[in-house]
Amino acid sequence: MTLSIDDITSESLVTLDLDSADRWAAIDELARLLEVDGRVTDRSAFVQAVRAREETGPTGMEMGIAIPHGKSSGVARPSVAFGRSPDGVDFGSADGTPADLVFLIAAPEGESDLHITLLSRLARKLVHDEFRDALRTAATPADVIDILRKEVTL
Amino acid sequence: MKIVAVTSCPTGIAHTYMAAEALEKAAKAAGHDIVVETQGSAGAEVAPAESIRGADVLILAADAAVRDVERFAHLPRVEVKVAEAINRASEVIARAEEAARARPAAAAAPAAGAATAAATPRDPAGDAPATSTKGGTVRRWLMTGVSYMIPFVAAGGILIALAFAIGGAVEVTEVSVFDEFSIGALLLEIGGTAFSMLVPILAGFIAYAMADRPGIAPGIVGGLLAVHDAIGAGFLGGIAAGLIAGGTVLLLKKIRVPASLRGIMPVLVYPLVATFVVGALMILVVGQPIAAFTAALTSALEGMQGTNAILLGALLGLMMAFDMGGPVNKVAYTFGLAALAAGQFAPMGAVMAAGMTPPLGLALATALARRQYTVPEREAGKAAWLMGASFITEGAIPFAAADPVRVIPSIMAGSAVAGGLSMAFNATLQAPHGGIFVIGLVGNWPLYLLAIAIGSVVTAVLVNILKRVGANTADVVAETPQKEAVHA
Repeated sequence: MTLSIDDITSESLVTLDLDSADRWAAIDELARLLEVDGRVTDRSAFVQAVRAREETGPTGMEMGIAIPHGKSSGVARPSVAFGRSPDGVDFGSADGTPADLVFLIAAPEGESDLHITLLSRLARKLVHDEFRDALRTAATPADVIDILRKEVTL
Repeated sequence: MKIVAVTSCPTGIAHTYMAAEALEKAAKAAGHDIVVETQGSAGAEVAPAESIRGADVLILAADAAVRDVERFAHLPRVEVKVAEAINRASEVIARAEEAARARPAAAAAPAAGAATAAATPRDPAGDAPATSTKGGTVRRWLMTGVSYMIPFVAAGGILIALAFAIGGAVEVTEVSVFDEFSIGALLLEIGGTAFSMLVPILAGFIAYAMADRPGIAPGIVGGLLAVHDAIGAGFLGGIAAGLIAGGTVLLLKKIRVPASLRGIMPVLVYPLVATFVVGALMILVVGQPIAAFTAALTSALEGMQGTNAILLGALLGLMMAFDMGGPVNKVAYTFGLAALAAGQFAPMGAVMAAGMTPPLGLALATALARRQYTVPEREAGKAAWLMGASFITEGAIPFAAADPVRVIPSIMAGSAVAGGLSMAFNATLQAPHGGIFVIGLVGNWPLYLLAIAIGSVVTAVLVNILKRVGANTADVVAETPQKEAVHA
């Protein structure tokens, strides 16, 4: 079986105007998208796992990205939600750069599989300027999914 | 160069892989070969034994424990946080180059041993390099503290130098900006405030490097106490405070607590307990001996008066450079002031020459051997020219705090030469500070400048030699030079 990005996310999990002003609200906002889509079954358990991960060290990086993530039994299948914030959200990056590209990764408890590998490919892509620029200029959620489909593969 | 790296973060889903990609990208850009082992959830991509054997250097970008780290025991290593590898990959690669230059990889563990190491994580070669690993860790803590301190040094130092240049070095200190406005006094007040944060920030971020965020509060409080008027332990006291604060939090983290309490530990319990511990130690243990020591040193110095002038100058020089604003430095400076008040102008000249030499010598050292210094150190070196010229000895603290064992002896030697020569040339100074801006008040100024120049060259040459030879033994912290000063 070959996986593609459509197995771990979809247009409904993408928002280009993330409203939240702080990271906890942003995490909640994106977690709701995952819950509505049925990918997260116990949102509070999942959010708690994400928070616990943030406590061990913030997930915001200096290039304006943040990848909050959590492993929890409240997650039905490995997924990622994406929010683009017009003003940026403080995710505690070392130099204080707010994150305008936020990926919330949800992973179920237990053995990892190819879905997780695909998510790790996404994380790798984010290091590249061109990939981030493409996400920053995408006009619609569908464009975002197109970019991910093209760039993030096993 | 061949690099092997391991990346690892707590959950192992995202940052492990971002760090791997960032290191691969930066290594390729710098023309190196790299193999990255990702110890994450998506199946560890294990570094092949032959890559480990053939590597020149190891980069550990890990916020979580690294598995089977014994496999890499023969390699010089650079340890960073995962975020550093992601945010500043090329800097990390540069540090790896430096580490590989400083200590070539030991003969690799026997082939058979290396091949089976992954299965049996017991490697006989694991013993010897353990000390250098520990030293590397202490250096990383100190470097983190220093990197957060440098902006305060640069901003404060340059503002103070400007205050001297605009308002006159002596005049500007006489009236506070709060009493009577002048541009010079304004700059001095702001610069002085930035400077008052040097040691607290150094201590706070040493503790941060050790124990993460819960370390910051105890570290900063310990640093503030280190420079408290009644303790006056200077930046060496600040380093001690930072290490104690970080160490205390690390110990506290070992205590197991029920899950329901875990949330409040890092924000409340760790900082609370560690702040109390470090504060009590600074006040009750550190403060008293320093006061007694200072008194003894002062009377010893007074006993030297009227004996050998050159020796006195050299001794003042050693003291000025030893702890830069700490107790020993203060004794020397106060001695100069007292002599000045008594109408003897030569000791103050020696004191200022010896106080100008450390930043100037280190600025020269970074200009002479750029590759031996990190990028922030080079930047600090540029600002140090101006600070040295202005008799702002603190410009040397970033270097001394990052590598006390090599830097402090070097600047002590340079300052001793400058102080001794200043006395030998019979140079005098009729102002308590000001550096180049009070050169009009210096008697015999051409030779005075020569003394400073020679002292700076001594420091620069010595520190660059030490940086080269002892490159991997910077393990012992500030103990050694402390003893030297007592003997002096």
